[in-house]
Amino acid sequence: MSVNDKIVEDLVKNGVGFVTTVPCKQLAGVIEVVEKNNQIQHVPANHEAEGMGLCAGAYMGGTRGCIIMQNTAIGVTLNSLATLIQYYQIPLPMLISYRGEVGERVACQVEMAVHTKALLAEMNIPTYHFHDGSQLDEFDGILNHTFMCKKPTAILTDASFWRTAS
Amino acid sequence: MIRSEVTKSLIPVITDELVICNIGLPSQELFMHDDQPTNFYMLGTMGLCSSIGLGLALTQKGRVLAIDGDGSVLTNFGTLATIANNVATNFTLLIIDNGSYGSTGDQPTYAGMKTSLAAVAKACGTENVVECQGEDAADEVKKAMESDQMTIIVCKCESGNVDVPIIETNPIYIRERFMEQVRAKNK
Repeated sequence: MSVNDKIVEDLVKNGVGFVTTVPCKQLAGVIEVVEKNNQIQHVPANHEAEGMGLCAGAYMGGTRGCIIMQNTAIGVTLNSLATLIQYYQIPLPMLISYRGEVGERVACQVEMAVHTKALLAEMNIPTYHFHDGSQLDEFDGILNHTFMCKKPTAILTDASFWRTAS
Repeated sequence: MIRSEVTKSLIPVITDELVICNIGLPSQELFMHDDQPTNFYMLGTMGLCSSIGLGLALTQKGRVLAIDGDGSVLTNFGTLATIANNVATNFTLLIIDNGSYGSTGDQPTYAGMKTSLAAVAKACGTENVVECQGEDAADEVKKAMESDQMTIIVCKCESGNVDVPIIETNPIYIRERFMEQVRAKNK
């Protein structure tokens, strides 16, 4: 089973029926699988904060949500995370492409990469860094944990993860 | 007519409906006029009212009204494209357009100048876009909610505020009692 199929299988297994996405090159494959899956409603967002609003609404509608986005989005969603997702205790797994790590070819991506973990730590968001393909086995448990504790969680997936997982 | 009066005029129509209400004075006014467990008050997060409303409408059967403002929609302009391209027939978006950022001291918005939110909503692809005056808001909302067609209403009114109390209700309580109502409507 491909890494993208396994990710979507774990989402469905954990009751996720609503996924919003803002694309990243590294995430193109998983977004394609999400779009094709008939157990998941896929609503692409124009902006990650908008996506968090959509997921909050879906959760209140009785459907667990997930957002798939790039780490640069952390910079533009801090307020939504604090005042909506955390303040109202809405669980939200964030599957994040961790651009700007070793293997990156676009220098500017490194500028947000150096802030990514510090910002997530400052926000008290449980954060998991997938560097090797074998770590995908932890995804199912992380999703379960997210919905148990009703918090946003960040799953950072770097270039090395995507290279070794696929 | 100012926003507070428009909100008050809506009460007979929306009191039992699922309502997502915009941050700041709009939520405080709704809370003051008619606090209901079917109301979800936004206590923070400028701009996301319509997105929360759409997410809710797409995932359950009950009718959903999002009461948003012109300033908030301008903050999250992409929402109009998302709404148009993900049609939820149980969704009504009411934009109370007073041409100003009311909660922060009535600074003018571009919607009160050259920008027409109704025209933008149409250009984004929503077929049912209604523009009305404050006096007609309740009738238009009722019609839209009963129509089984996704509708965006841009309600023009005057700028201005009244004194309203702060909402001190616990946010988790607001969400949990709201979700109970959602479940009851989907039985």
